[in-house]
Amino acid sequence: MSLAPADHLIPKPFGTPSEVPVIAPGHSPASVTDKISSVVFGRMPLWFYAGMAVMFGGVMMLLAALTKLVFVGIGIWGNNNPVGWGFDIINFVWWIGIGHAGTLISAILLLLNQEWRTSINRFAEAMTLFAVACALIFPLFHTGRPWLAIYWLLPYPNTMAIWPNFRSPLIWDVFAVSTYGAVSLLFWFIGLLPDLASFRDRTKKAWQKRTYGALSMGWRGSARHWHNYESAYLLLAGLSTPLVLSVHSVVSFDFAVGQVPGWHATIFPPYFVAGAVFAGFAMVLTLMIPLRKFFGLQDFITMKHMDNMGKVMLVTGLIVGYGYLVEIFTAWYSGNIYEWYMMRNRVFGPYRWIWMSLILCNVLAIQPLWFARARKSIAALWIISMFVNFGMWFERFVIIPTSLHRDFLPGSWGMYYPTRWDFATFFGTIGLFMALMFLFVRVLPSIAMFEMKTLTTDARVKGGSHG
Amino acid sequence: MNAPMSSPSGVYGVLAEYGSAQQLLEAVREARRAGYRALDAFTPFPVEAISEEVCDHHHSKVPLICLAGGVIGCLAGFALAYWTSVVDYPMNIGGKPYNSWPAFIPVIFECTVLFASFSAGIGMMVLNGLPQPYHPVFNVESFRRKASRDGYFLCLEAADARFDRSATRNFLVGTGALEVSDVEP
Repeated sequence: MSLAPADHLIPKPFGTPSEVPVIAPGHSPASVTDKISSVVFGRMPLWFYAGMAVMFGGVMMLLAALTKLVFVGIGIWGNNNPVGWGFDIINFVWWIGIGHAGTLISAILLLLNQEWRTSINRFAEAMTLFAVACALIFPLFHTGRPWLAIYWLLPYPNTMAIWPNFRSPLIWDVFAVSTYGAVSLLFWFIGLLPDLASFRDRTKKAWQKRTYGALSMGWRGSARHWHNYESAYLLLAGLSTPLVLSVHSVVSFDFAVGQVPGWHATIFPPYFVAGAVFAGFAMVLTLMIPLRKFFGLQDFITMKHMDNMGKVMLVTGLIVGYGYLVEIFTAWYSGNIYEWYMMRNRVFGPYRWIWMSLILCNVLAIQPLWFARARKSIAALWIISMFVNFGMWFERFVIIPTSLHRDFLPGSWGMYYPTRWDFATFFGTIGLFMALMFLFVRVLPSIAMFEMKTLTTDARVKGGSHG
Repeated sequence: MNAPMSSPSGVYGVLAEYGSAQQLLEAVREARRAGYRALDAFTPFPVEAISEEVCDHHHSKVPLICLAGGVIGCLAGFALAYWTSVVDYPMNIGGKPYNSWPAFIPVIFECTVLFASFSAGIGMMVLNGLPQPYHPVFNVESFRRKASRDGYFLCLEAADARFDRSATRNFLVGTGALEVSDVEP
């Protein structure tokens, strides 16, 4: 197996030739390069700057909220007894989940030889990186004094001569998320190398030539280099696959290893992973639909992609829905009054409207995806993906505050209300994410050019040693 | 990196351009048959058959480096958890043994993946001699313009024992090249 080589294009991996191709007919390596690089080298439309300005405003809001937090302390957030984990962990898990689709698309679909991934993997990987960056802000600032918290987050020899506890899920989380961020960055950068070289050769401005030239590290497309390159790329895909599954499993251990009713459940790791893929595909659709329209990339991101992403969303959504059912069943079947109370409180208690919104968004709203008509309608897909973005956020809210706010002792029950600073931080990270996305589309190839070229008919070579 | 210092012919090699990946593959095979060994092909996207031909069907060393990195990462992860939890800072956590290795598995796993990935990535760079700020093939104008877009190139290098500036040039013309140019060192 190798990275989308030409030989592999001739026998279709999954049966019948699809009626909608993954790349519009008539494209050659030259036209693919020109079309994709025209997004970066052309002039940006006005809406681009307007959108960037709004999102940059979000970044400023984030900075203001974090500055206030560092000055005053985490008392400005709504977390308090009994709900010690609020927006910070909800948003952390939400963002990490969104990131997972990127790795899924770039690694797992590569190993499964799904060539339709080629035009969306770069974009989804960028999404992963930016989502992980947003996610990390929350636990980091939840510590209140991040610069002092480092000694219990990272193992380094310090003057207090103490070490973190390696039996704690929180330290597993630090290792999992930091490894995930680092490996995703590496995978993304290695994938970018040949395209950066392509940009270096295409740009006319000296400073751009120098920048892309330095970043591409002198890549020249040598056959000897491709030989090692494909090997490394495939290995990275193979390593990222168990990594992405481990990351959300470890995130779920933050809850599942605890004893709180509503957290202590073995369904958590698979259900979190499915939820992550679900959320991630929804975010890819949310962003990809406007992108392909505004930049005219319909030739590369075809209805075939939309259709497939709709199907993945449906399947993972059904797994998530099954997770909700199993949670209810287990709570009842356990015969444990705290578990069963937690579940009834979740559905009928003071936060019932959040639970109902969750079911509406994550279970009911995705049902139209059973039908090809919904999967072929851009508007329907976009609306459903927005439902899922909200739904996955509600899911994290349901898991975290509704489990914590009424636990074993009624005397310590309470309610959790986020403050305006919680919202400012949350919306600020959305601004940061989108601003990074805007910058990415502006300066880097948002579709992997060299991989798209392997899909053109020019790339087919007869008489290779395999065929 | 290893551009010949002063080859008698005064060039790095001769570069030929072809119209398609298929033609390039056939030209590489012809050059091999004619006895050329110091050669390299350049394509805007990976073509497995060409890579295999140019590398003479040798396997890439990247998987081995990756495996070594993974093993080192696995051991390093366990050593970190073991040494801190058993030797340097033993703490009784919930009555568990100091060496509660099942609880160390997530950290060991993450370290394995981290080391293996970076070994594969950095190993690929080192084997390819990247970053490489200067390479003679970029002296050819059409290479700069097309190699990363839609050009298929074959370079027969002066380092080869069979290399002869005019004979090699004629040989390349005979393989159906669109354009043949000398590569300044």
